[in-house]
Amino acid sequence: MPLVLYVLQRVVVLVPTLFFVSVLIFSLQKLLPGDAAIALAGEESDPGVVAGIRAKYHLDRPVVVQYGIWMGRVLRGDLGESLRNKIPVTELLASKLPVTVELAVGSMLVALLLGIPTGVLSAVRRGTTVDVAANAVALSGLSVPHFWLGIMLILLFAVRLGWLPASGYVPPWEDLGRNLTTLLMPSFVLGTGVAGVMMRHTRGAMLQVLGADYVRTARAKSVPERLVVLKHALRNALIPVITLGAIEFGRLLSGAVLTEQIFAIPGFGKMLVDGVFNRDYAVVQGVVLVSAALYVLLNLVADVLYFLANPRLRSA
Amino acid sequence: MTDTGAVLTLPTVATTRRPSVLRRLLRRPPAVIALAMVAAFVVIAVAAPYVAPHDPIKMNYLAVRKAPSDVYRLGTDEVGRDVLSRLVWGARASLLAGVVPVTIALVVSIPLGLLSGCTGGWLDGLIMRITDAMLAIPFLIVAIALAAFLGPSLTNAMIAIGIAALPTFLRLARGTAMAITTEEYIEAARSLGCSRVRLALRHVLPNIVPPLLIQSSLTAAAAIIAEASLSFLGLGQQPPAPSWGSMLNAAQRYLVQAPWIAIYPGLMIFGVVMSLNVLGDALRDALDPRGAP
Repeated sequence: MPLVLYVLQRVVVLVPTLFFVSVLIFSLQKLLPGDAAIALAGEESDPGVVAGIRAKYHLDRPVVVQYGIWMGRVLRGDLGESLRNKIPVTELLASKLPVTVELAVGSMLVALLLGIPTGVLSAVRRGTTVDVAANAVALSGLSVPHFWLGIMLILLFAVRLGWLPASGYVPPWEDLGRNLTTLLMPSFVLGTGVAGVMMRHTRGAMLQVLGADYVRTARAKSVPERLVVLKHALRNALIPVITLGAIEFGRLLSGAVLTEQIFAIPGFGKMLVDGVFNRDYAVVQGVVLVSAALYVLLNLVADVLYFLANPRLRSA
Repeated sequence: MTDTGAVLTLPTVATTRRPSVLRRLLRRPPAVIALAMVAAFVVIAVAAPYVAPHDPIKMNYLAVRKAPSDVYRLGTDEVGRDVLSRLVWGARASLLAGVVPVTIALVVSIPLGLLSGCTGGWLDGLIMRITDAMLAIPFLIVAIALAAFLGPSLTNAMIAIGIAALPTFLRLARGTAMAITTEEYIEAARSLGCSRVRLALRHVLPNIVPPLLIQSSLTAAAAIIAEASLSFLGLGQQPPAPSWGSMLNAAQRYLVQAPWIAIYPGLMIFGVVMSLNVLGDALRDALDPRGAP
């Protein structure tokens, strides 16, 4: 099957998913207790302001019409205006997203550097102490509350040792060195969870591949074990891990909420939390919508990567 | 000779009964330790009034941020409350967070999953599209957004986490039910005149329980972290009621003066979540019919 046809097929399947995502996100506003206009304006607002909000957001129209109007705006790239600072939500998102993407890239690097070698080692030394220890470390990475790990790292590396800054963010074009030092701890914190997932998947995939006939043949031909593992086995074992990486990257973009809060990084997640506390519902809806769209898009990327890496799918 | 051997050993294999799930679980030392830790956590949470040495919300301005001592075993917090007592009472919020969202997810997903998996058609399509949409929004983002719109409280946080966990359960229940309906014994029951309702309740339902049980253990772990995260952000348990997440929130401001306020709540979350994850893994192995007897 040609790639274009495959991508088109996947995009068509995504349309109903995205439609229901939009319905769910629109419905969030309907969860507000009592009159949504009063909730949006604030309890102490005068009736004029409440009426203005009701007219502005078409809250006096039927729900289906409200959804249609909202969706029409979203499709034109208009996610509304922040109630707090009167800036369009799209503009806010555009300024915050690159920060979170940088953090997610850093975290993914940590995850790949920790997860893949540990997974390979664990599979090669199956059943040994190394395997047990690697599994325990991976499970710890999955179980540790990341915001607590962040606090502990701040306590050790910023408060006790004074090696790294406790919080804050410096853009890379202002000072690359400081940018990297500020992102080191948050990237490690976020990356450890993904590293656990990566390690477990790499181990599983490696065990499967190491038992395959072609690996046995390679060993029978006296190919050095190092080459068998790194060249013959790892190459194929990495196919599912790469696609998993694309999905996990989507999770990282949205999973940065607490990490950004702890390290005071002005990204996507902090924007969501600030939006929640300022009762800035347009911002909350905007962040949820964009994170869902990114997640869906990265899932599509994962599917395409899998298609490209797997010759059997291409010939199907 | 080989043939005879095979014939002779066949009845032995056929009559060997696999040990019960619990026995298989108890053969694994990590699972036993994890089970003991989860049991201890439940006992502490339930018996909090008898276990906690002090009142968890009583402030004592004469003992603000006191380091661990004989009177206050794990020290005191920023307003002089006993950290150990707050940890013990905070276990209740975590226990509720582990149980309530999983119950919500189970109660909704079992009937809907059975309906979707056993009947198929447009209803199945609709349920699955909604599930896909819910899965497209990351777990914590759903929980934060729902908690924000519903209002900050432990109850709303648990409802939010339950709703966020729902699509995974629904998919699992539906997928398992669908796979079971293609089994020969279901076909046999159907040909014997078994009604669709009886088929679903008597023959399909018992078989979708094991995967849901494993998922429950793993989701309980995720839900405890989610509740702690929401409480940490101020969207879960409200002060002065104790919760491990809200304790960590307050502790952030006193890392230099009183690091013990931050250390213990995190260790508790880590211990409980790790135990539930180990238990989930062990349950998966014990329930796997391909596993060793």
